Amino acid sequence: MANESSRQASNVSSGLPELNLSQFLWVQTRRHLGLLIASPGEIVNPLLFFLLVVILFPLGLGPDPEQLSLLAPGILWVVALLANLMICMRLFVDDFEDGSLEQLAMAPLPLAVAVVPQLLASWLASGVILSLVSPLFGLMLGFPLAAAPTLVASLLMGTLIMLLVGAIGAALTVGIQRGGILLALLILPLYVPILIAGTRALEEATSQGDPMVALALLGAGVTGGLVLAPVAIAAGLRVSLEL
Amino acid sequence: MSETLLSVSDVSINKGLRQLLRGVDFTVKSGEIWQLRGGNGVGKTSLLRAMAGLARVEVFGAINRCEDMLYSGHATALKGALSARDNLLSHPSGMGMPTSAEVDEALGRVKLQGYEEAKAGRLSAGQKRRVALARLFLPSGRLWLLDEPFTALDVLGVKILEERFIEHADAGGAVVFTSHQPADLGDRLNLLNLEQFSGE
Repeated sequence: MANESSRQASNVSSGLPELNLSQFLWVQTRRHLGLLIASPGEIVNPLLFFLLVVILFPLGLGPDPEQLSLLAPGILWVVALLANLMICMRLFVDDFEDGSLEQLAMAPLPLAVAVVPQLLASWLASGVILSLVSPLFGLMLGFPLAAAPTLVASLLMGTLIMLLVGAIGAALTVGIQRGGILLALLILPLYVPILIAGTRALEEATSQGDPMVALALLGAGVTGGLVLAPVAIAAGLRVSLEL
Repeated sequence: MSETLLSVSDVSINKGLRQLLRGVDFTVKSGEIWQLRGGNGVGKTSLLRAMAGLARVEVFGAINRCEDMLYSGHATALKGALSARDNLLSHPSGMGMPTSAEVDEALGRVKLQGYEEAKAGRLSAGQKRRVALARLFLPSGRLWLLDEPFTALDVLGVKILEERFIEHADAGGAVVFTSHQPADLGDRLNLLNLEQFSGE
């Protein structure tokens, strides 16, 4: 405090107050949510994609409800994974091109912390909405309503891990023209364990088993991802920004 | 009493295999205004970015500068979907965290009263530039590094900016900017012609 007041006393223009971290993160989260709401395609397109695939599968496989409900866990998770991939491809592109990312990199806080608001906003606008409406999509595939809580819980955690992992790839490839395919090649292998754990949870839930083991694995993934991914994302962004 | 805010000593910048600049040497003290000059491609932007710590190219030599710095480049970080006010309130540089009232006052200083709620995407190029430059009227760093700040500005806009430079320098700050136009800053202006450091 003494330091701050002396700085202010020495001259007007250097009287920059200390950065209020929580306020900064809140303002940035609002900025990104505002941007997502302003271009609703970013929110609606993944949902439409989800809906289309769920409509197409019964047409391709035949309307046998038993067969459909047998395949439902895999279908739901694969579609969620692909929808997430679509989101990751757009994640940092605009901010990279309009200079927001380099300004963020110059902000007086670690880049690993500064990227969290965008990840949070993206997850709220994609993963959370998708998870909450997923029981509806599940019904269309004959997925039992009784297992809906497991479906929602597994997708809530799964979409968050996939976003965190995907953001690492997005950070690395943002400077590359048409880096989408490279991004998919980079992160799809990392999605495999998440996919296996997620579908396993749903299979257990639909066959009166215990989905808790698979859900706990996803939970562990979320915890690990929240701690490690921002650091990797920041490192990737530094490579892309050539800092 | 003037303090050194930026010192560049024997800095060379490479771009690929080509040496862009060689042996750049100068210091910026508080109260000074510097204009970097030179033809297209001589390395004005590269040097400015290097000084901001955003080197996209290979930089050799020592650059020391004070922590509180404001950098504004060609890419202005403005979001077309957000209003002029929201753009400044949520600017990702995180500088000073201005209040709504401060932002509206800054927009007034760059003669954008009545445009606070306007989406930045609907403004003209000059107005967008003014929104970006309204940051200079908010709590900001002591050292300003501005890349082509006069681009797209009209005569009045240029005058507002020049007056702000002098105001900032008088308050103990310093300004380094690139421009092709001769700035009307009288004897306050220090010129650095980068042609003399050209690596070719």
